[in-house]
Amino acid sequence: MRENTIIEIKNLTKTFGEGDGSVVALEGISLEIGQGEIFGIIGLSGAGKSTLVRCMNLLERPNAGSVVVDGKEMTSLSERELRRARQSIGMIFQNFNLLMQRTALENVCFPLELTGTPRRECASRARELLSTVGLSDKEQAYPAQLSGGQQQRVAIARALATGPKVLLCDEATSALDPTTTQSILALLKELNQKLGVTVVIITHEMRVIEQICNRVAIIANSHIEEIGAVDEVFRRPKSEAAKKLLFPRGESTAAFTGKGRFYRVTFDGDSAEHPVIADMVLRFGAPVNIVFADTKTIGGRMFGHMILQFPEDQAMAERMLAFLDSENLRYTEEEFNV
Amino acid sequence: MFSRDMIALMVQGLWETLYMTILSTAAAYALGLPIGLLLVVTDADGIKPNTAVNRIVGTIVNLLRSVPFIILLVFVLPLTRLIVGTTIGSTATIVPLVIAAAPFVARMVESSVKEVDRGVIEASLSMGASTMQVVLKVLLPEAKPSLLVGAAIATTTVLSYSAMSGFVGGGGLGTIAINYGYYRSQTDVMLVMVVILILVVQGFQEIGNRISKRSDKRIRQQ
Repeated sequence: MRENTIIEIKNLTKTFGEGDGSVVALEGISLEIGQGEIFGIIGLSGAGKSTLVRCMNLLERPNAGSVVVDGKEMTSLSERELRRARQSIGMIFQNFNLLMQRTALENVCFPLELTGTPRRECASRARELLSTVGLSDKEQAYPAQLSGGQQQRVAIARALATGPKVLLCDEATSALDPTTTQSILALLKELNQKLGVTVVIITHEMRVIEQICNRVAIIANSHIEEIGAVDEVFRRPKSEAAKKLLFPRGESTAAFTGKGRFYRVTFDGDSAEHPVIADMVLRFGAPVNIVFADTKTIGGRMFGHMILQFPEDQAMAERMLAFLDSENLRYTEEEFNV
Repeated sequence: MFSRDMIALMVQGLWETLYMTILSTAAAYALGLPIGLLLVVTDADGIKPNTAVNRIVGTIVNLLRSVPFIILLVFVLPLTRLIVGTTIGSTATIVPLVIAAAPFVARMVESSVKEVDRGVIEASLSMGASTMQVVLKVLLPEAKPSLLVGAAIATTTVLSYSAMSGFVGGGGLGTIAINYGYYRSQTDVMLVMVVILILVVQGFQEIGNRISKRSDKRIRQQ
């Protein structure tokens, strides 16, 4: 166990249903999340990521394994102890889940009321939080009068009301447009830095992970396929699941015909800014076909990958590959059904 | 058109009807509301699933709901005599009315409360809410608009039941309609009773709908 671990999951298994009809949602999951980290969990829908985050506050009870949050073994707590533990684990959701019959202010008061905080204290704390999330002018608005982004801000304020050490975000930006997503992610990052709250983000969007996470776990078929620092995993994905998420095969590739061989060239750090491919084409005087290309900024550095179709001429292709070697670019041959 | 006595009788009937309806509905809610909540909470998808309790309570509710009111009316006469001391008049009618309406109310409450978004309940559990807190601070307030519409429906149902009790001397508008309209073939009296009943039902329904709409914060106020 590393120092300052706030969430530690060991050999967690969760199945739904019993007997023949049972479905394994998670199997043999182990991970550690450090205090103050922004940890991403990514996977396609149905991979089990939402179940995993629900196992962290025991909204779902795992069938086996241990879940330690802030030094407490969650699975062995009594009901009363569990309720208290949940008060130090905030959670936000895809659909915000605000109380529709309460104003923004009353929504933020809600978790404080649960702990028996005096009414006046609730209101002043809630006001403070609403101003932190930039909604001071919406105290008296009902959720139906707020936009999706504003509702999620209220939900964040509500989740932070009891001063939790961990904030679980279950697809918190999936129902929002890209611009709003950006602002919510920026807010989460700011809160992480300002309050030191550990943020666990569940998402199916690469963008979300790239933008704010320190580490990421890729989950597929009920297992963790890969786990590590975001730039490491994105730069050198080892598992099939990671590659699938990182390099989704565009539909356009299917339409492409030709006889040359396909190579996937991966860029990291500096080389994406240096026009290697253009240089190569100029030097050899032979065209390559860019089938697919994608570059992104991860942690301030450029990363990217391209799928290139090399000339049919085998000798020429070999020379080009040698050139890529000399530029320290990594490539792998790709199969396309064309 | 009607004699002074007849009009006095009608006013008296209206008063008795309102008295029976409002008191019975209130008592039916005192019983039915907790039963409805119990059904929701102990449901397989509820926050405290308990198949045994859910089945037993559900079966009792269904049993009572399946007895036609006019049969129930006669069937509970001994109980009515035990509680009220008589089986005639509007106060005596409250007993069968409550017994018939409480399970109906329980089902109405159940369906209203089940409309509350599962996600909101999950969110409150994630914040450490106890079962009681979820019921009192989430389920009831969030279902309030729907519960109010349900209350209007329940009230009008009780009202029509109360009119039925006229056959066994239950008092109220129903008794007048049956005694004069049916036994003495005074069709005009019956007609007037029916019209008054319609107006009262409309009134209750309208009031319920308005209060519900006004209390619902999901509707954007411009």
